Amino acid sequence: MEVSVTVNGTVRSADVEPRTLLAHFLRDDLGLTGTNIGCDTSSCGACTVLVDGRSAKSCTLLAVQADGSDVTTIEGLAGDDGLHPMQQAFHECHALQCGYCTPGMVMAAVSLVDEYEDLDAAGVREGLEGNLCRCTGYQNIVKAVLAASE
Amino acid sequence: MIPAAVDYLRVESAEAAVAALGEHGDEAKLLAGGQSLIPLMRLRLATPTVLVDVGRATGLSGISVGGDTVSIGALTTHSSLEHSAELAAACPLLAHVASVVGDPAVRHRGTLGGSLAHADPASDLPAAVLALGGTLVVSGPGGSREIAATDFFTGFLESDLAADEVLTEVRVPVSTGGWSYQKFNRRAQDWAIVGAMVAEGGAGVALVNMASTPIRASSVEAALAGGASAADAAAGAADSTEPPTDNQADGPYRQHLARVLTRRALEAAGA
Repeated sequence: MEVSVTVNGTVRSADVEPRTLLAHFLRDDLGLTGTNIGCDTSSCGACTVLVDGRSAKSCTLLAVQADGSDVTTIEGLAGDDGLHPMQQAFHECHALQCGYCTPGMVMAAVSLVDEYEDLDAAGVREGLEGNLCRCTGYQNIVKAVLAASE
Repeated sequence: MIPAAVDYLRVESAEAAVAALGEHGDEAKLLAGGQSLIPLMRLRLATPTVLVDVGRATGLSGISVGGDTVSIGALTTHSSLEHSAELAAACPLLAHVASVVGDPAVRHRGTLGGSLAHADPASDLPAAVLALGGTLVVSGPGGSREIAATDFFTGFLESDLAADEVLTEVRVPVSTGGWSYQKFNRRAQDWAIVGAMVAEGGAGVALVNMASTPIRASSVEAALAGGASAADAAAGAADSTEPPTDNQADGPYRQHLARVLTRRALEAAGA
């Protein structure tokens, strides 16, 4: 089935099987391998992208469902003038160790800060409950998200 | 894993969905937000051969309050329920329960109708609609009919919906009396091991994950109506229940949780 998705500002079309997950469409058809896949159970959030501006687990969405949508992946976040403030905050707060969860964590955090006002540390922890990090203990991730939300 | 091969049909209305389901019979499955169905398809616990995607159908989302009833389109997302000022004023329990489903990414895609039609006894929203005494409106080949929430859930992941019916709307009474949802789990974003839901100061009490369906704790409701204290009423919360045993909790522990969480919920609701 032909799908057409605006990915990071560019319309990308491909002929996909209906069972193709958006995560596989991004990685295998478009070569955007920044979106990681970390689990088989919609639990880890490593594959989080923005669909029409809001976080979504791209492993729990068929590419055909995203037909006509506007998708932003980690590759599309930085602007001409450098890193997105959330990426910069992750860098400055050392909010990553192995980095595997980071693309999904950053995309979820961008959506979270946009969606909820006046976030505090508890709100960030709750808001990122769908994104698992097995290295950091989350401390610096929370710091980074709070820094970027100011 | 990757889901099994499947055909895909996108429909633009509930009527078209009913027609497509009628044509493809048991092989078809309705897809809305997909936050319950796609994980099952990935594990190949669900292997429909045709997906009927109703996710973009028109006229099936939105919240409206009229008189003493809140009407909610089946495609309304958990996130929309969570952020609706109108719902927070008319039925704060439902708005709150929507805000504790899964995680934000799930709430952006998951729908109220999808959660109810999935009929998972461990899910939050089915028990909320049950505690509130809601009504479900479904469309089928012969027109539409209404099903009381108390009659809707018939078994584990089973409901009164026929294979060619589509849930289109959920109605709950305006409910601003004391309410609480006590959700107990050990892992972030997980389903409740047990949950206790109180609506209207104890007029409606429902339990999550205490049976093969969400259930009303009618003995608690009756005790409260008879003048019992919150603590005394909650002591009967697990009476005549046969909760499931799994890797998180056995039956007797779930019964203990039901009593404790019901007491906390009643106290928080001012019952």
